[in-house]
Amino acid sequence: MIELNQFLILSALLFAIGVIGIFLNRKNVIIILMSIEIILLSVNLNLIAFSYFLNDLTGQIFSLFVLTVAAAEAAIGLAILVIYNRNAGSIEIEKINALKG
Amino acid sequence: MTAQLLTFYLFSVVILISSLMVISTKNPVHSVLFLILSFLNAAGLFVILHAEFLAMILIIVYVGAVAVLFLFVVMMLDFKTSINKDNILQYIPIGILIGVVFIAELIIVLINTKFDLSNIQVLPNPLSDFTGKSNTEAIGSVLYTDYILYFQLSGVILLVAMIGSIVLTLREREGVKRQVVSEQLQRQGKIDLVDVKSGKGVDI
Repeated sequence: MIELNQFLILSALLFAIGVIGIFLNRKNVIIILMSIEIILLSVNLNLIAFSYFLNDLTGQIFSLFVLTVAAAEAAIGLAILVIYNRNAGSIEIEKINALKG
Repeated sequence: MTAQLLTFYLFSVVILISSLMVISTKNPVHSVLFLILSFLNAAGLFVILHAEFLAMILIIVYVGAVAVLFLFVVMMLDFKTSINKDNILQYIPIGILIGVVFIAELIIVLINTKFDLSNIQVLPNPLSDFTGKSNTEAIGSVLYTDYILYFQLSGVILLVAMIGSIVLTLREREGVKRQVVSEQLQRQGKIDLVDVKSGKGVDI
């Protein structure tokens, strides 16, 4: 039988891959958005695994809300990316330093 | 090794490899395609966990909408990626460090912990309430009653996202002639109604 810990370790690995993707990637912002999608996917996996092993439906409901927010976030992020590329001509992360942070 | 366990390992190995490929390929189009692959396998894992509705939603919303949106953006924008190699190598140590620390902590915690979920008595929506109902029916009967405010709130979030992305990407181009209805309706004194007699012309 599958145990809960296997799912938790899998989603921890997925989460870590997403975080490493954000840190390592220096090419374009779109990979960062995809890493955020991977992170949200791992969170969804966690919620659903707990929902299954608790015999409770609430995790699936919340996973649905996470899915909604992720879709909205992807849409807005890509829109920002498109206008940034239109204005600045490039979406390389090294060159996005308008705020001098 | 039951068939369930084998399927779990198959799906999870493919998810891990494809999400590693998402963050490591040079070509963004390949990244999006690997993202689609990992979403599909996550849907398979959701089916193993008896969350069939969410598995289908994941395929429809993520693969059908979000990933295709990513694909559109990647293919339509012209990314001029001029990458210097030393710049990339500069960030690898800190990235590897953070990743290894992160993974090590989580795995140490998770391997040494046995979750005893049988002690938890108070559950908001136990599955025993929904015997004889399909997964979709159970989700619907909870989502539209107990979680109706959250449901409507997520609708508002989607509306704001839609309006926001339309407003962000809308632009006024120079030199494009548009029809301005209000100006047309306000024109006065420039229209002359002439009663034309039949058989005679009109002097303009």
